[in-house]
Amino acid sequence: MRRSRFPFIVTVAALLFLYLPILVLVVNSFNASRFGGGWRGFSLVWYIRLFHEPAIWQAARTTLIIALSATAVSVILGTTAALALHRYSKSRLQRAHFALIYMPLVMPEILMGISLLMLFVSAGLPLGLGTIFLAHVTFCLSFVAMVVLARLQDFDESVIEASRDLGAGGWTTFRKIRLPLLWPGILAGGLLAFTLSVDDFVITFFVAGPGSTTLPIRIYSMIKHGSPPLINALSTILLVLTFAAVALSQRLSRPKTKEAA
Amino acid sequence: MTPSAAGPAPPGGFLEFQNISKRFGTIQAVEGVSLEIRKGEIFSLLGPSGCGKTTMLRLAAGFEQPDAGRIILDGRDITDLPPNKRRINTIFQSYALFPHMTVRDNIAYGLRVAKKPKSEIEAEVEKMLHLVRMTDQAGKKPDQLSGGQKQRVAIARALINKPSVLLLDEPLAALDLKLRQRMLIELDLIHDEVGLTFLYVTHDQGEAMSLSDRIAVMEKGRIEQVGTPAEIYEAPRTSFVAAFIGDTNFLEGEVVDIQDGEYSRLRIEGLPEIVCFNDKTIRPGNSVFLSIRPEKVHISRDRPEESRLRNILPAKVEDVIYLGSMTKYWVRTGDHRIQALRQHARIFLDEKPIRWKDEVWIWWHGDDGFMLERYRERDESLIAAPPQNLEESPEDEDKG
Ligand SMILES: Nc1ncnc2c1ncn2[C@@H]1O[C@H](COP(=O)(O)OP(=O)(O)O)[C@@H](O)[C@H]1O
Ligand SMILES: [Mg+2]
Repeated sequence: MRRSRFPFIVTVAALLFLYLPILVLVVNSFNASRFGGGWRGFSLVWYIRLFHEPAIWQAARTTLIIALSATAVSVILGTTAALALHRYSKSRLQRAHFALIYMPLVMPEILMGISLLMLFVSAGLPLGLGTIFLAHVTFCLSFVAMVVLARLQDFDESVIEASRDLGAGGWTTFRKIRLPLLWPGILAGGLLAFTLSVDDFVITFFVAGPGSTTLPIRIYSMIKHGSPPLINALSTILLVLTFAAVALSQRLSRPKTKEAA
Repeated sequence: MTPSAAGPAPPGGFLEFQNISKRFGTIQAVEGVSLEIRKGEIFSLLGPSGCGKTTMLRLAAGFEQPDAGRIILDGRDITDLPPNKRRINTIFQSYALFPHMTVRDNIAYGLRVAKKPKSEIEAEVEKMLHLVRMTDQAGKKPDQLSGGQKQRVAIARALINKPSVLLLDEPLAALDLKLRQRMLIELDLIHDEVGLTFLYVTHDQGEAMSLSDRIAVMEKGRIEQVGTPAEIYEAPRTSFVAAFIGDTNFLEGEVVDIQDGEYSRLRIEGLPEIVCFNDKTIRPGNSVFLSIRPEKVHISRDRPEESRLRNILPAKVEDVIYLGSMTKYWVRTGDHRIQALRQHARIFLDEKPIRWKDEVWIWWHGDDGFMLERYRERDESLIAAPPQNLEESPEDEDKG
C-alpha cells in the first residue's frame, strides 16, 4: 500500500509560499551582484560594508538600548499583571483588566502608533528614545502578561498552600516557591518581548524622533535610498537573532525541573 | 511546646470544631458540624466523595474560613489565624511536593522558613529521612520518586514542624492496593512513634476501620455518627451509616410489645413476629427500621433449633454471589429480599451446597438486629442488590 503523495506536495508548496521570499533575501545577501539580477558568486562583501556603516551601528545601539529597557520594565509589569489576573480571576475588575491587557495583542498596530503619537504630542513629550521606550513597554507588557498567565493557569496551587501550611508567610512563599517555578515562563515572556521590541516597525515609526532611529526604520530608509544588498545582509542578521530568541523562548516555555532554588 | 503524649489530655477535645458551617455559592459543604478530637488519637472523617471531608480539613488548616462557628486547638481559638500561624500540618491529597527541590530540601522547608540554625535543621532532616526510610533517596527530585516514596516525603515534610495535629487528606487514594496496605501499617507505626493527633480523611471504610481510634461518618456536610470503629459497625444509628459502612438489610416494622424491658417484638409485613434487642425509648405502636448485617444472618437447608431470641424464617435463594473468602446469598422471604453471608458454601464435604432456587432457612439472633434512630429511603440505594427485581430502580452506582 502506497501512501498518497498529495499531503507531501501541499506541504512543500505551502512552505515554499511562506519562506521563498525570505530564502531569496538570505541567498541574495551572499550574492556578489550589486543589483541581484543573477548569481555572481558567493561573497561577504555586503556584510563587511555593513560593518563599516556608522549609521547602522548607531541604529543597532538605539535598538538594543530600547529593547533591553523595554523588556526589563515590561517583564516586571507584565508578571505583576499576570499574578493579579490569576489571583483574582473571578472579580469583575480583573476581567476588565484582562480585556485591557489583551487589547494591544489584537489592536491594529497602526492604530496604536497613531494614538500613541497623539498622546505624546498632546502631553508635550519630545519624540525620541523616551517615547519609543514607552510605546514598546505598552505592547511588550501584554505579551509578557499572556505568557506568564498561561504558565500560571497550569500552576499547581497546592504547592503554594503546602508552603503556607509549613509556616511560610506570603512573601517567603512567593520568593521560594512561586517565583522559582514561574521563572521559565517569565524568561520566555521576556525573550518574546525583546524580539518584538527589536522587530517593531509600525509603532516605532510613528513615535520615533530625529536621532532615535532603530534598525527596522534604518532598513526602511535604506530601501528608499536604494542599497538592496546591504538591506539583505542586515535583514539576515536580524532574522538570525530573532529566530534564536524565539527558539530559546520556546525552549523555556516547556516545563523543566533543572535548576534548584 | 512539643506535644508530649505524657500529659493528661485536657477536658473536651484537643481540636474542636464548634458548630462549623461553610457554604460555596449554592453548595452547603459543611453544615453545623461539632466535633471533639482527643489528643493523640487517630480520628477519621469517613464519607462518600463530595460530603465535605476536604472542606473540614481546609477549615482546620486555615485555607478556608468558616461562615459560622469556631475552631479551637488546645484551648485556643484559632479560627482567625492564617495557615502559617497554626500548629497544624497537612498531607495533601496530591502530596504537593515542591518539584524544584530535592527530597532533603522539601523536608527541610518547614525549619528553613522558621529560620532554625543550620545544624539543627540538618540533624532533624536526617532523623525524618530515617523515620520514613528515605535516607538513600535524599538527593532526588520529586518526579524521580514513586507514589509511595512521594507519600513518605510528604509525611516527613509535615512532621518535621512537630505540629499539634496532622491532617491527612485521603493520603493513600493514589496508591495501588498492596502499597496502600503497607502504607497503612507504616502510618500506624509513625503515629505510635511520634504520638501526634491525626485527623484522617478517607472515603474508604476499610482504611478508616483499621487505622482509627474513632470515626465520624459524614454525609452531605453533616455528621451522621461518631464512635469507635466497632460502635459504628455494630451499632449504626442511621440507615446511612448502616448501609455505607459494610452491608446491611433493612426491615420496616411496628413494635408490638416489650418483653423484660430489653427485647421487643416487631410486626413486619409478610413475616412472623420478629424479636429484637431494644435499648431505646421505643414504645409499642412505634414504627421502627431494623438493620441486620448480612454476616449475622445464618442460612442452611435444615431448620435450626427453636429458641426464644432466634428469628427463624423460611426463604428461597434468588442469587448466589461467590466472593472468594465468602459467599453471598440473596434470598426472598415474604416480600423481603435479605442478603446473608456465609464463609463456606458447605462445611462438610458430603453436604450439598446451597444453590439458586433452593428452599432454605434463615435465622438471626435478636441481639443482631439493630433499631435505627433515623431512616431515609435513599440510603437503600447504597446496598448493591443484584438487578433481579426489575421494579427496583438501579441506583447502585452512587456507592462511592
Ligand atoms: N472552592 C470550592 N468552590 C466551590 N465548591 C466547592 C469548593 N470546595 C468544595 N466545594 C464543594 O463542596 C462540597 C464538598 O467538597 P469536599 O469537601 O471537597 O468533599 P470531599 O472531600 O468529601 O470529597 C462538594 O460539593 C464540592 O463541590
Ligand atoms: Mg476530598
